[in-house]
Amino acid sequence: MIEVRNLVKRFGLKTILRGLDFSVAPGEFVALLGPNGAGKTTFLRILSSLSRQSLGEVKVAGHSLPNQAAQVRAKLGVVSHLPLLYPDLTAEENLRFYGRMYGIEAIEARITEVLKMVDLENRRKDLVRTFSRGMQQRLAIGRAVIHNPEVMLFDEPYTGLDQDASEMLDDVLRSVAAKGRTVVMTSHDLVRAEELATRFDILSRGVIAASISKSDLAKTNLLAFYKQSLES
Amino acid sequence: MRFARSTYPTPQLIDNMKTPAPSLWKATFAIVRKDLAAEFRSFELVSAMLVFSLLVIIIFNFALELNIEVRKTVNAGVLWATFAFAGTLGLNRSMSVEKDRGCMDGLLLAPVDRSAIFFGKALSNLAFMLVVEAIVLPVYSLLYNVNLLRLDLVGVILLGSIGYTSVGTLLSTMSAQTRTREILLPILLFPVAMPVLLASVKACSGLLAGDAIEDILTPLNLLIVYDVVFIAVAFMVFDYVVEE
Repeated sequence: MIEVRNLVKRFGLKTILRGLDFSVAPGEFVALLGPNGAGKTTFLRILSSLSRQSLGEVKVAGHSLPNQAAQVRAKLGVVSHLPLLYPDLTAEENLRFYGRMYGIEAIEARITEVLKMVDLENRRKDLVRTFSRGMQQRLAIGRAVIHNPEVMLFDEPYTGLDQDASEMLDDVLRSVAAKGRTVVMTSHDLVRAEELATRFDILSRGVIAASISKSDLAKTNLLAFYKQSLES
Repeated sequence: MRFARSTYPTPQLIDNMKTPAPSLWKATFAIVRKDLAAEFRSFELVSAMLVFSLLVIIIFNFALELNIEVRKTVNAGVLWATFAFAGTLGLNRSMSVEKDRGCMDGLLLAPVDRSAIFFGKALSNLAFMLVVEAIVLPVYSLLYNVNLLRLDLVGVILLGSIGYTSVGTLLSTMSAQTRTREILLPILLFPVAMPVLLASVKACSGLLAGDAIEDILTPLNLLIVYDVVFIAVAFMVFDYVVEE
């Protein structure tokens, strides 16, 4: 579903990604872990077509980037630590707007379905600016799945959430992944990543330094693996 | 490096929802509707532009203690200085709303021609500017004792506003990506918009002095050409402007 070969990203003289190789099979949930500045967000922005690679091949859902960016965007849902929502619109108005931007037919039924999924149906007429951070993040997930994407990218979705909101977000993320979507999530929260993901890739110094599946993780623990990967 | 297989079952299509990419105009009007709905709720942008405009024309009214004849010669200049400064406020605010909460990324992630984002934002900005102008014109007429509610004058103001908001939307998209956007936008915009402002002032001055349309054809043609050129340029380069 995602194929990346020899990806290089430079900002001026600074090289952020240095020949990164990465692939994700359909339905896989990959947690992309790494220290601050490792290039996780840059990598996700390239996968989501918001940024162009300097070198290398990137294919998402069978389409190459940057040449087939529109086709990729139609199959992609992105959630970042910013909600990408308009505070002066209600929850349903936000979803309606994004639904129109994705050309969704039967939009009202889809809005109801999505609001149910993120447990915000009773707040559909409320302005987003009255929502807590956790509710905004759940609605942000609703926004990202409004067009039923095959691939989901989550960039630090737990940033700024309290314990309750994080647990609710866990449930929403599980339901997103359980529908067979391919998910890539960056996070600093190793405990949550371990609960949700099926594979863990460590991004360090612009490359994937190590990778381990959930089944192989049984022999060690994620924190030990993470530390070992960064030291090696 | 090892790659594991998924522990999830082979994915099935989630459902067969049809999502054909919307046309340029559908996406454009979705953005316009969204901007108008948000502004209708908050009145942040229009109210700021309006208060600023009214303050400017009142200040000019007291500052320019001129006789009626001399006033006639400065009316168009005062009017366009007011519109230009108020327009800059609106352009800055309109784009910072998109940038501050990452909504610009939300727009860029949609599978639409990115020109739709330009046209949507430019049309919204134009609508806000026209609302402000529609209120400022009668107030100005009262304060300066001059009739500005004339169809020919309104036509020139419309042409000038189209040019100003089209180039302003393009440049505010560029400046919104910098930390100093409030300072940068006027610095970028005023030199580029100079032809449209000069042509608008010239055409409005002519009309207020009693010239016929045939007498102001030069600035009028310049306005039309400027509008067409800048809309075309923005259409062509917007994709590159929003790219990281």
